[in-house]
Amino acid sequence: MPATRIVLPAKARKGEVIEIKTLINHVMETGFRRDSVGNAIPRDIITKFTCTYAGVEVFRMDLFTGVAANPFVAFTTIATETGELVFEWTDQHGAITREQAHLSVV
Amino acid sequence: MLALLLAPLSVQGQEPQRAIPASEMRSGREFVSAATRAQQDDLTVNPGMLWVEQGEKLWREPAGPAERSCASCHGEEASMRGVAARYPLYDSSLQRLLNLEGRIQRCRVEHQKGTPLAYESAELLAFTALIAQQSRGLPVKVDIDGPARPFFQRGRTLYLQRQGQLNLSCAQCHEDNWGRRLRAEQISQGMSNGFPAYRLEWQTLGSLNRRLRACFQGVRAEPFASGSDEFVALELYLAWRAQGLPIETPAVRR
Repeated sequence: MPATRIVLPAKARKGEVIEIKTLINHVMETGFRRDSVGNAIPRDIITKFTCTYAGVEVFRMDLFTGVAANPFVAFTTIATETGELVFEWTDQHGAITREQAHLSVV
Repeated sequence: MLALLLAPLSVQGQEPQRAIPASEMRSGREFVSAATRAQQDDLTVNPGMLWVEQGEKLWREPAGPAERSCASCHGEEASMRGVAARYPLYDSSLQRLLNLEGRIQRCRVEHQKGTPLAYESAELLAFTALIAQQSRGLPVKVDIDGPARPFFQRGRTLYLQRQGQLNLSCAQCHEDNWGRRLRAEQISQGMSNGFPAYRLEWQTLGSLNRRLRACFQGVRAEPFASGSDEFVALELYLAWRAQGLPIETPAVRR
């Protein structure tokens, strides 16, 4: 499973806008390149990224070949209740990388 | 003739002349865009930290037939603080100059009884990133005296020697023309204090030797192999040029 990094505040006030930063280790090979002997390097990309917060989807993104390796995605959401944030990256083969983070709302 | 033979001996222990005075020394960090600098400084978004985190895991994993991890001997990775700042370092038992990658490879063989990790492999990059990151902020402080001096001289010769089809030396760009433009890019001083670094061009973390290979290819010279004696000697010379600049690993470079 590729390495990921997720950064968000551990605690937030109700109604506060929080920033969430995510990073995943992935080659994001475009499929347009050739190796040193001229063979095409097959495409290998992440196609979908989603984030759910306490079961509700708060962010979704489709990724294509134009996205650089190790995609960094930052977005904001409103802290509504204490709960788990689940991050899912789906690659072109359907393999899912799932990470969780906890947010306490005070 | 005698004077010529004695000349290298007499410079032992003397501080060689610097082409770029200490007051004008500038890290590669100052030659990249503000956005790239911000990405490097904020460790939460620095992509190089993916390798550092991987290194933290590997640090505790037993490896090789000896079933020992790095932590079995060294304890916490924080014990490595300051180590990377001293490399490349002369190893008296091997009578060779070792860079950080070389030292990790020796450790793998001698203490873990395993096979050395390949240069530029994800594992070796993870270890070097982790160890060098412990020294982040500390000044580069390599020893070029005593047994290290011949390696230093060799590195210096390589640095000043014209090579490749373009017939250029390292110094002609990075000392005579730094700060000026080469096509769209500003020429840096070629300081090595950020490596292993995440290069946007590579879209991955890479070693200093990989960067040197790219420079050699740039002047259309045949590059030396990564980890070769020539490159490690050149690495020592580069580290001495960057003496006093803070370690920035994992740096982000264009």
